[in-house]
Amino acid sequence: MHAMQAAFAAALLDPAQPGPSGLRSWNGSRTDQRLAVHRNNVTVSLVDALAESFPVVLALVGEDFFRAMATVFVRAHPPQGVVLARHGDGLPDFIAGFAPAASLPWLADVARLEALRRQAGHAADATPLQSLPPAVLAVLQDSALAMQLRLRLLPSVAVLASAHAAVSLWAAHQADEPVWTVDTSQPESALVLRPDMDVLVLRLPPGGAVFVRTLLQGLTLGEAAAQALAAAPDFDLGFNLQLLLQHGAVCAIQLPGEGQP
Amino acid sequence: MDGLLADPSAIGFVEVHAENFMVDGGPQHRVLDRVREAWPLSLHGVGLCIGGAGPLDAAHLARLRTLLQRHPPAVFSEHLAWSSHGGVFFNDLLPLPYNAATLASVCAHVDQVQAHLGRRMLLENPATYVEFSASTLDESGFLAEVVRRTGCGLLLDLNNLWVSCTNHGRDVRASLAALPLQAVGEIHIAGHAVEQDSTGAPLLIDTHGAPVADPVWALLADVVQRTGPVPVLIERDNNLPPLAGLLAEAARADAVLQAARQPRQEAA
Repeated sequence: MHAMQAAFAAALLDPAQPGPSGLRSWNGSRTDQRLAVHRNNVTVSLVDALAESFPVVLALVGEDFFRAMATVFVRAHPPQGVVLARHGDGLPDFIAGFAPAASLPWLADVARLEALRRQAGHAADATPLQSLPPAVLAVLQDSALAMQLRLRLLPSVAVLASAHAAVSLWAAHQADEPVWTVDTSQPESALVLRPDMDVLVLRLPPGGAVFVRTLLQGLTLGEAAAQALAAAPDFDLGFNLQLLLQHGAVCAIQLPGEGQP
Repeated sequence: MDGLLADPSAIGFVEVHAENFMVDGGPQHRVLDRVREAWPLSLHGVGLCIGGAGPLDAAHLARLRTLLQRHPPAVFSEHLAWSSHGGVFFNDLLPLPYNAATLASVCAHVDQVQAHLGRRMLLENPATYVEFSASTLDESGFLAEVVRRTGCGLLLDLNNLWVSCTNHGRDVRASLAALPLQAVGEIHIAGHAVEQDSTGAPLLIDTHGAPVADPVWALLADVVQRTGPVPVLIERDNNLPPLAGLLAEAARADAVLQAARQPRQEAA
């Protein structure tokens, strides 16, 4: 039984594999053709799932290119679990190394943004902080103490930092965004989050990506600001902080001296 | 979803693939909450791998229990098939030989699922394209024995039955008669594609991408005379028509069920 399923499984991902011995048909018709029904089911269903999850990548390269690329991907990287919400998380890295897509250096980052949006959609629910608690407001009066605050961000928060204009390319394919000419060589960063049921994509100003990533590591406001300033000399702490609070990215603030939230 | 909520009485229940809702949070769970406010929910698993050679995936079983606790369904069902091997999930329902060894393994898996979830499950007959020389039991006899030994119910997929009988030259009426129809807890109907095998004989593919075929409608009328009215699901995953087209099929299925209900009421 185990050997049969192993041989069957191998043939599902590789058309050159013969499949298990001991297959039969009632009328003597070819069993390899019948086995191919399953191979087709596997490939098509997994490629369809990627097409649904990466609509902008598909729009950018076209249906034929996308399906050909996705077929190579699913055969090399079939799902490692039954929950397909994670199927294709490896597609961005695969695209980055996929030679036929080498002329589209921004494509992997567009895929990364789509993967982050999907993950945010399925992340655990959490309630954004509606207003700053009095204890936090008190700490903010003392700039040295304020730098020791730690921000706990929503479970859905993620950051894309692209060397290309991946955010603009993605946005140009959203119905509610005007289409403009995109200079694809322009680096762009974005914050991805889901304060309620809708996933938001917000452009981050210079240093913003480093700032948020450092906060996500659980470091203090001061440490995050220092790393962001090192990455971008014009980093604006007040503006970035306001961006996070205003869009509901923060679910709790830990006071200096408190344990990890 | 909003179209369906405009007239909830147009359908009797909603079935979803359990695995699509095994995520931490977000709109998926909100949708199931709204469904359960309006209709009974049927959770239909595609990933348990009850026909797998190895042990059931404990992590998946745990996820399933969590999902059933969060969204208690009226019915939970799975397939007589395998879908994972060596840690890889194929997203397809794959066939197994029917013999004493696989029967023992499938029964042990069904027992384990029912014990873990604390409820009876329904097991669905598969659509298959190949048979195995290692098989010593026919599919109906295999399913009847699983039902007898485990106490599980049968999810009778009439499209799968028609597809498999056509693909393997079986007599569909005889296959139906050998199934434990008293254990049927739900019926699936769906459309299929018609291809040809290498000899030119019809090879039907279970696509869920077409209207329900006439032979399947005929089987439904036949079966519900024997089972009485049971929940009937129209499966349509691909090539979706406008909602009105699906609701027309649902109304037709309802009419078939009403016809089955009539004689029983007269008898009572």
